[in-house]
Amino acid sequence: MYAELILALVKIALLVGGLMTAAAYFVLLERWIAAWVQDRRGPNRVGMPLTKIKLFGLGQPLADGLKFIFKEEYTPAHVNRGLFVLAPIMILASALAIFAVIPFGSAIPGQPIRGWLGDDSDRPIELIAAPGVNVALLYVFALSSIAVYGVILGGWASNNKYSFLGMLRSSAQLIAYEIPLGLGILGVVAASGSLELDRIINVQADTGVWFALAQPLGFVVFMIAAFAEAARLPFDLPEAEQELIGGYHTEYSGMKLLLFLVAEFLHMITASFLIVILFLGGWHFWGITGAGEAEVTWLSAILRIVVLMAKIFLVILFFMLVRWSWPRFRFDQLMNLAWKVMLPLGMVNLTAVAITVELEHTMGLSRWLSVAIGWTVCIAGWLAVAWAAPLAGDNRPRRELRPYGIDSQV
Amino acid sequence: MQPNDPAIRWAEEPKLGLAGKMYLPLFFQGLTTTARHLVSPKVTVSYPDQEPQIDNPLIYRGVHRLNKDEQGRVKCVACFLCATACPAHCIDIVGVESPWPDREKYPESFTIDELRCIYCGMCEEACPVDAIELTSLYNLTGRSREEMVFDKEKLLSVYDETKDKEPMRSLPIAAPRPE
Repeated sequence: MYAELILALVKIALLVGGLMTAAAYFVLLERWIAAWVQDRRGPNRVGMPLTKIKLFGLGQPLADGLKFIFKEEYTPAHVNRGLFVLAPIMILASALAIFAVIPFGSAIPGQPIRGWLGDDSDRPIELIAAPGVNVALLYVFALSSIAVYGVILGGWASNNKYSFLGMLRSSAQLIAYEIPLGLGILGVVAASGSLELDRIINVQADTGVWFALAQPLGFVVFMIAAFAEAARLPFDLPEAEQELIGGYHTEYSGMKLLLFLVAEFLHMITASFLIVILFLGGWHFWGITGAGEAEVTWLSAILRIVVLMAKIFLVILFFMLVRWSWPRFRFDQLMNLAWKVMLPLGMVNLTAVAITVELEHTMGLSRWLSVAIGWTVCIAGWLAVAWAAPLAGDNRPRRELRPYGIDSQV
Repeated sequence: MQPNDPAIRWAEEPKLGLAGKMYLPLFFQGLTTTARHLVSPKVTVSYPDQEPQIDNPLIYRGVHRLNKDEQGRVKCVACFLCATACPAHCIDIVGVESPWPDREKYPESFTIDELRCIYCGMCEEACPVDAIELTSLYNLTGRSREEMVFDKEKLLSVYDETKDKEPMRSLPIAAPRPE
């Protein structure tokens, strides 16, 4: 009893500490990538505190954190004070709470550790803060929707037109993209038969076919929706520095701003975890990590953690490269993409997955045939969307109209 | 201006092919561009560790110097053209009668406030005898405002310091031209 409690507390401490550190270092990585892509060198001066050791700038997160702590925390007079304080707390709390059900590895052999804690069972220790939650995906979704509240409250409470515009944009965007996000996940849930993230990884490890390979269309839809949910470029309309200064956190400064920024990075980390766990096999890699239900040894446990972290790092690297690769969508394009492209594609994927799963169960359809069906559906769906081209809008001025006509169009 | 004005040239958007509508060319173009720049050589100069390369010191506008002629005398003839041209009013000259037969006046004192100076190079252009020039010394620092007001001796010492690296823009006036 106490052993379980202590284990849970240790896992929570590891998770929260690790996530905060990871977020800080991902800020550094983001600044490096930004600099390198722009042919600059990036932060490379701050090293060990109080020494002259530079360490490629690895001390930068510490300096950034100190800067934020010592900055004046200014609350403008025109804000709704209660909501203004509540918003960053809410967004960070929900971003952190999501990780309660997200596995950060497979499991480690439990015997020695449980022995110290006075527990004589030899069950392995699962690397999830709350193991065995069988509605984990629902929980993730519920909390990621609450994150929208943080944005909305922040924008509303700021009582500033830029914040308000950012808030409006983000509420529309995040709600619109939750639907394709859900449709992308539904395919995985249908194919694996579980909402539990551990089970989803185990299914992929046992079959050896990652869901990204089995349902490429679902992967694409989920990936794009995850970018939009994390409000990363090319979907960063809630912030859009060039248009809205800072969007919903324009009026924030000091620690409250830091909470918002950390929460944004946590959303990106969450999105990477979900992409990796749902579609890229989680901790599984062919030939080195073993099957899902196999007995865990220290070697396989550590290998699995390394594989999972490596995949997440690569996905985050992709997130950061994408930021500098493509321009931001216009708002109408964003909405068209959500409702006219992502939603139908998600539906098509779900239907295809449902049919293949049913055929696998009833008629013994071979797995490779269902993978082939998945790819065919992906290519066909994509071609159909390209042919219909719902995003190609003509917004040139109508030349045959008189000038007042053009004005009235605007 | 009306939309049917003949002066307006209407450019048509290029039609997207099927590949373009599938976003694939854009996708790969964007990623390859960023990936290429990710590993390409960086343009930043890590200043204190690495000195910047000044392409052409002759046209760089750094600290001023007062040139000397071949006899080691200050070339300035105290004509005040640089002080007049200076938009920041940072040049202060006291001209007195020259002890030498080849000119009427010379500067008894010549001070430039390097903190007021905006390094525009107008003094250099105004000078009829190429006495004042801007060198390529860019890392000028000092511990007080007084120290940053350069007097004639300091400006002449800048010339001594830089004359080997940066020749004068014009050659010293040679012997009188044959009549």
